[in-house]
Amino acid sequence: MSHEAASKAAERIARLSYGKLVAMLAVRSRDIAGAEDALGEALLRAITDWSRFGVPANPEAWLVTVARRIDADRWRRAVAAADGAARWLLLEDERLATEDFEIPDDRLRLMLVCAHPALDPHLHTPLMLQAVLGIDARRIASAFLVSPATMGQRLSRAKARIAEAGIRFELPDRSDLPRRSDAVLAAIYAAYSLGWELAFIDAARSLDLVKEAIWLARLLIELEPGNSEAHALLALVMFAEARRAARRDPSTGGFVPLSEQDTSFWDLAMIAEAEHALRVAGELGTSGRFGFEAAIQAVHSARRLTGTTNWIAIEHLYRGLLLVSPTIGAHIGHAVSLAEVGSAVSALAHLDALPEELTSRHQPYWVARAHLLAIAGDIGGATQAYEKAIGLTEDVASRRFLMARKAQSEDLTSRNDQISAHPIAVVRKSE
Amino acid sequence: MMQFAIFNYVQPRDFADKRPENDPDGPAWGAYTKALIEAGVMVSGAALKPSHTATTLRIADGRRDLHDGPYAETKEQLGGFYIIDVPDVDAALAWAARNPAASTGAVEVRPIMQG
Repeated sequence: MSHEAASKAAERIARLSYGKLVAMLAVRSRDIAGAEDALGEALLRAITDWSRFGVPANPEAWLVTVARRIDADRWRRAVAAADGAARWLLLEDERLATEDFEIPDDRLRLMLVCAHPALDPHLHTPLMLQAVLGIDARRIASAFLVSPATMGQRLSRAKARIAEAGIRFELPDRSDLPRRSDAVLAAIYAAYSLGWELAFIDAARSLDLVKEAIWLARLLIELEPGNSEAHALLALVMFAEARRAARRDPSTGGFVPLSEQDTSFWDLAMIAEAEHALRVAGELGTSGRFGFEAAIQAVHSARRLTGTTNWIAIEHLYRGLLLVSPTIGAHIGHAVSLAEVGSAVSALAHLDALPEELTSRHQPYWVARAHLLAIAGDIGGATQAYEKAIGLTEDVASRRFLMARKAQSEDLTSRNDQISAHPIAVVRKSE
Repeated sequence: MMQFAIFNYVQPRDFADKRPENDPDGPAWGAYTKALIEAGVMVSGAALKPSHTATTLRIADGRRDLHDGPYAETKEQLGGFYIIDVPDVDAALAWAARNPAASTGAVEVRPIMQG
């Protein structure tokens, strides 16, 4: 077997089984960093060994055995503290006892540990991406807009904390599992949201992150098939991802808002999968955050069949979402749906009621505000809000879109001055 | 609070007669600057004239060596900078990401030495 073929085989296993093997290695030691190091070294050895002797019958088992041996050697060399010696003996026993074994899937345990309440919630998602999917720190850093060195440090500190705090790699009992799984869901959702935001900044990385989120959501469903919110989260991600191609204007590459998207660009297979996942969630009885969010996306997706958006349903669903998860995003979505069902004034009152520390630098808030002010005919206010949104925008496509919208709304006023019509009527026509 | 410099590296733009007021991205820079000011993080900043207006000077072995143009001939050129005052490097990077040069050229974020 050639060196190249061996490294391809090792690479494939690294991609498919990384999290499973790290989980397996770390479950007893609680040392994620140590498990990653040992597995990395075992993969390197695999390339030389497999190119000479071929890929073993059970490559995962081969890697775990070698990684354990590497880990044990490390402990032996580390002039073992008393518990080090004991641990080394334990590892050796294990190695001798199990040369041919089935690897249990400990990834759910690993996911729960990565999203443990004792860790800074900001690190849940990066840790999961690294430990479960084996994504390197630099890519994670870029997605989270943190310097790569800082991200590396934070991840190592979090892993050290898991080891020191003795965070247990065990499945919490039934009463605690839902709460703990919620943190895992939130981490998967964060990975997907980042991917979504990056769509116009870095298309390749965006696609990667969304794929990883889908992968993690499917894995969670596989490990916890009765978790209705996990099915709903998969539905939410698939509905949104189905619209990826329609978010860009094919001729200009510009940003296209959902309400103006050409539905023939939507991916029907993804929508079908999303609808199926939402049905399963419904049958399991979901009334959580992701159930509502997926249902809202399902209504948007129905436009491909009906040609219109049922804003009344969307407004109701946002009210439900606000009961279970009153995030700023939910408040903004609700305000926009209120304006669509005809009450721009109460929609603006809604936005006004949000605390300034949440809104002052939140770009989607200013986009929604500008849009609602334009509908209400307050062109001066809309201009200011558009400007604020433009100043807070990261990607060039959205920035150009907002600049065009701003110009459009100002253009209408100047024409309104000449014909002294009601600005509201004029703006409405253009919407 | 910490101070950071954000350097805007921009691609030389081809717009009519190269006057800044004709730059189609002008309003984006205005909006970004305003956002920094309104957030209370702006310390100072400046927009520079295009890099072909630069003169670079070296003195080596007591001899002056001047040449027209920027110090480094790179695709993206330093177009201006901001000095901001924010709690930490994460906040500085969040502002750097909103800088219009981030998506068209590059931005460099550097902590400022504070005595």
